[in-house]
Amino acid sequence: MSSTRTTPPSPAGTRRSVRRPGDRVFAGTAKGAGILILVILAGVAAFLVVEAVPALTAPAEDIPGESGLASYVAPLVFGTLLAAVIALLVATPLAVAIALFIGYYAPRRMAQGLGYLVDLLAAIPSIVYGFWGIFWLAPKLVPFYEWLERNLGFIPLFAGPASTTGRTMLTAGLVLAVMILPIVSAISREVFLQVPSLHREAALALGATRWEMIRMAVLPYGRSGVIGGAMLGLGRALGETMAVAIVLSVSGGITFNLISSGNPSTIAANIALEFPESSGIDINTLIASGLALFVITLAVNMLARAIVNRRADFSGAN
Amino acid sequence: MAKRIDVSDLHIYYGNFLAVENVNVSIEPRSITALIGPSGCGKSTFLRSLNRMHEVIPGARVEGKVVMDGVDLYGSDVDPVDVRRQIGMVFQRPNPFPTMSIYENVAAGLRLNAKRMKKSDLDDLVERSLKGANLWTEVKDRLDRPGAGLSGGQQQRLCIARAIAVEPDVLLMDEPCSALDPISTLAIEDLMTELKERFTIVIVTHNMQQAARVSEQTGFFNLNGVGQPGRLIEFNPTEKIFSNPDQKATEDYISGRFG
Ligand SMILES: Nc1ncnc2c1ncn2[C@@H]1O[C@H](COP(=O)(O)OP(=O)(O)OP(=O)(O)O)[C@@H](O)[C@H]1O
Ligand SMILES: [Mg+2]
Repeated sequence: MSSTRTTPPSPAGTRRSVRRPGDRVFAGTAKGAGILILVILAGVAAFLVVEAVPALTAPAEDIPGESGLASYVAPLVFGTLLAAVIALLVATPLAVAIALFIGYYAPRRMAQGLGYLVDLLAAIPSIVYGFWGIFWLAPKLVPFYEWLERNLGFIPLFAGPASTTGRTMLTAGLVLAVMILPIVSAISREVFLQVPSLHREAALALGATRWEMIRMAVLPYGRSGVIGGAMLGLGRALGETMAVAIVLSVSGGITFNLISSGNPSTIAANIALEFPESSGIDINTLIASGLALFVITLAVNMLARAIVNRRADFSGAN
Repeated sequence: MAKRIDVSDLHIYYGNFLAVENVNVSIEPRSITALIGPSGCGKSTFLRSLNRMHEVIPGARVEGKVVMDGVDLYGSDVDPVDVRRQIGMVFQRPNPFPTMSIYENVAAGLRLNAKRMKKSDLDDLVERSLKGANLWTEVKDRLDRPGAGLSGGQQQRLCIARAIAVEPDVLLMDEPCSALDPISTLAIEDLMTELKERFTIVIVTHNMQQAARVSEQTGFFNLNGVGQPGRLIEFNPTEKIFSNPDQKATEDYISGRFG
């Protein structure tokens, strides 16, 4: 929150209320930390804007692809969003299920072990996920994609032709889903555990089964926390670089076809792949795409806030 | 409707800790039974064992019998969920669902029974329950507002409305008035007197006057010392308990000469 109020409103500033030194020190530190975050954020934004300006103003034929910045960045933005949305759609329900299982179904010992295991997933570097994706997951998915093409090919998402390497948008999305699973499920687990037993007992005393109790008391109470966790996961998925760069076979532009080998890249992966061979205006172009990613991330977070706040009255936070 | 409960040789444990020892008692239908006793003697524990809410706590268990109209509630083929649908409960601290509106709170138990109900029937039932809990006039214009936005006393009456909406046979109340002002307390006492026409009511209270005012039967729980199990010392008609109790300990407790 940027609106950190540090002093109680004093009438016309004439009289200040008594403040303890401890309070003053703490208020000062908190204020400092808040300002620092804003300064860093503003610094990053300013850097991106300044460095992107040459690309924004350059003539179209100077931009890679020679048809202007917009048509260079658009497929990247699309690819970024598509991969992240796939990841989120797969990971969130799974994460909630894992969190519920750990919190309410698994025997105590098993729950603990499972919790550690899921947390461990978060500690694996993303390049390892990349290798796992390309060497293990992708080949395993090829028959599945062929099946999809044959049986569900009438849906544009699965139109095919199915990739023979499995390095598709869907694979990239699934790898991302595994990567964001730990954060989403860890946060869901925490919020579910914080549901006061008073509310759980209220449901049980009405004659709710365990699942009904979860639906009545646990899920609604944890809803905003789960959304928050999902947004953190989405942030990670949007910005993920190495895993996507390794897994995704890039050629072609905007398409909803998830199982073919012609996919748009994502912003972050594209920067990682292109940067070493770039110079001059090309670098400015890459930074301009980075600016787009920055804006997307900001927009996603604001959207999440809006969703969480919409029913703030009913959040149970009072 | 209202049902009789017979408790025999009931021992209640938290893990290895015996919290309540050897309770034998009969709770009459269509009456109010009050449970009194010093803090920590096991009144809440006993109350929660009547609708199998006790076992919700990890490691908690009971031995003995609780028979309601011939059925042992702890029988191996009895589903605790069914028991709790028949025996409703109001907790010491008001606990409306914070994520639900006032209306949804009252309807919560009805929705559980999974019967598809016409909206108009549901509306009627919600209104009837809120009227039954003496809350209707205060909330009828804001049924869609959060239940947590009510005052403490209103929240408690909302919880009562929620509990009676499902028409249980028995209503258990654990110090329902402990957080309330005298006016709300009186309102809830009046309410109990009305409700006992239809329900069997068991209430835990620290308020002697309240027990004396509303109940027909009173049970006095006590414990000999820290770490000792609580026991039902005396169970008698309320008049007798408050005028001429059988046990010295009861007399000491109600006359304030306790401890
Ligand atoms: N969840 C629990 N786990 C373990 N022991 C418990 C638990 N709840 C209660 N006890 C113990 O059981 C005994 C009886 O507690 P109980 O809450 O039934 O007392 P009470 O008569 O309701 O007291 P009060 O009047 O203060 O509400 C106490 O010794 C208490 O420490
Ligand atoms: Mg108690």
